[in-house]
Amino acid sequence: MSSSSSQSAVYARIRRNPRFAELVAKRQGFATILSVIVLTIFYGFFMVVAFQPQVIGQRLSEGSYLTVGIAVELFMFIFFWVLTAVYVKRANGEFDAMTAEIIRDASKEVK
Amino acid sequence: MLARLNLALLALLAPTLSFAGDAISATEKQPLNLHAIGMFVLFVSMTLGITYWAAGRTKSAADFYTAGGGITGFQNGLAIAGDYMSAATLLGLTALVYTKGVDGYIYMIAFFAGWPIILFLMAERLRNLGKFTFADITSYRLNQGKVRTMAAVSSLTVVCFYLVAQMVGAGQLIKLLFGLDYTIALFVVGALMMVYVTFGGMVATTWVQIIKACMLLAGGTLVMILAMSQFGFSFENLMTKAISVHSLGEKILFPGSLLPDPVTALSLGLGLMFGTAGLPHILMRFFTVTNAKEARKSVLYASGFVAYFFNVILLMGLAAIIIVGQNPDFFEGGKIGGKIVGGGNMVAMHLAKAVGGNLLLGFLSAVAFATILAVVSGLALAGAASISHDIYARVIRKGKATETEELRISKLSSIGLGLVAIVLGILFEKMNVAFMVALAFGIAASANFPVLILSMYWKGLTTRGAVIGGYVGLVAAVLFVLLSKSVWVTVLGNAQALFPYDQPALFSMPLAFLVTIVLSKLDNSAEAQAERAAFEDQYVRAQTGFGAADASSH
Repeated sequence: MSSSSSQSAVYARIRRNPRFAELVAKRQGFATILSVIVLTIFYGFFMVVAFQPQVIGQRLSEGSYLTVGIAVELFMFIFFWVLTAVYVKRANGEFDAMTAEIIRDASKEVK
Repeated sequence: MLARLNLALLALLAPTLSFAGDAISATEKQPLNLHAIGMFVLFVSMTLGITYWAAGRTKSAADFYTAGGGITGFQNGLAIAGDYMSAATLLGLTALVYTKGVDGYIYMIAFFAGWPIILFLMAERLRNLGKFTFADITSYRLNQGKVRTMAAVSSLTVVCFYLVAQMVGAGQLIKLLFGLDYTIALFVVGALMMVYVTFGGMVATTWVQIIKACMLLAGGTLVMILAMSQFGFSFENLMTKAISVHSLGEKILFPGSLLPDPVTALSLGLGLMFGTAGLPHILMRFFTVTNAKEARKSVLYASGFVAYFFNVILLMGLAAIIIVGQNPDFFEGGKIGGKIVGGGNMVAMHLAKAVGGNLLLGFLSAVAFATILAVVSGLALAGAASISHDIYARVIRKGKATETEELRISKLSSIGLGLVAIVLGILFEKMNVAFMVALAFGIAASANFPVLILSMYWKGLTTRGAVIGGYVGLVAAVLFVLLSKSVWVTVLGNAQALFPYDQPALFSMPLAFLVTIVLSKLDNSAEAQAERAAFEDQYVRAQTGFGAADASSH
């Protein structure tokens, strides 16, 4: 799967473009923050299940049949999905526009 | 407690687990279910029609492996959901909520939480670097022969275990639902799978999965709405009644035996999350879309459908506690609280019958059968791609095979895998194959995932590290499961398990990472230097997708 030499030249130009470093830093940083949020909430919840199972079944308020466990899990289903939507929106918009611009510049310079 | 966890786990992961349990105790055939058979015949005719149409459009290798890369994000999202939600999701999870309450919901969130992580860390790189198999990515700058052989060995191991688990589950399920003989059921599933994959390739497989996902979503929603109408669509009303009639009472609100200790909880969470990210048939779906944009959208739609359906299942399971659990018709001998007719997995089916009569029962049975077909087709296609694209074209013929030759091998491989699946399914009929699903996820998380993620993120990865690390992960996952209670005690009949946990991932996955990283760092050969240097170009392509367009231009 070796790239042709003209392709390699474009890759080298892209690498030298400061906008590329900016794109990678922005997107990677964003993806890392979102991953940390998901992993922290998810494994935090699992640790509560393992160590403090009685908390899971507690009612949110007196007489309510919504428990902490059900409420937190429903929240996770919705919130994690909202995070995927947030990432897709930003990556498909802002980040992809930057990417297209970087590729355009690099291809132009080669020619 | 571990045994019960394992049971619950298996119920979730594949039809196999719970079916395996039932297989021994309840092998009696059900009477022929004509509604179900009628609807299933309709589904099969429709999918065979699509396969005929797809066959005309499957000319190149790219058409066969990835539908020419022309699937949209929305279609692929539905297909991923169809690939991911097996009959076990519908039957096993409903049964889990029915018997244990909120434990089932905890299991479902573990099944769901891997998807956002796949999106954030992997989806766009997979699409930008991959072509037909995930070994295209791991071998991108490493030794083609060695790395592809390793990836193919572990992929085929995952595919075979998963396939056998699905086939045994399918045979049991079909016997129960349709009243067909076990062996005949296996031949029907195997034959249909071979036809879809051999003639229609990825185009047909994708559409089978899309249709099945729509049927599953529609069937589940209909049952849920009809069931909820009996409680005035009030969750509080549903919960009050469920707690008052369930034998566990208030305890259905608390976690039970599913996650007995932090080690098991963490290992299960890791295995499900990163196993999903290492399953060859799931990874392959990312190569069917046009570009990274569509790959991201695929995950957005897929995770939306999965999250929605898991919540439908929660409501179905809770409603079944009252509607099925209080109706003597669904218990053997009419004794409420006794053995459920057809076994515990039939709860969702009984609920369908109770709220929608024989017609809805028939529809849901057809959905379950369609579900199995869609999952085994995806597995067979991924296995065939490993044999033909990785082993035959790249390792044996060293890239010199023509497209026609490679395609012929992939079609022969699909037929071969179908036959293997039927034979193994018959051989394992009476065995408890529950451990095979845990093994498939364990191997995927330990052999495929570490090498894949390091190849995309770490410049220092070398062939030596990747190959030895991958094999260590594979062997460790197999050994840990072999020595655990689910195989060493349950299958082999020894008194004491040599490895105390049923989930291998917490141990085998870090081990694979460690070996891969240490050996890569110690590798100072000339090839290793060249491999590290080649990371730069790969990195730019992974980030920008430049150079990846040729993968989808067919």
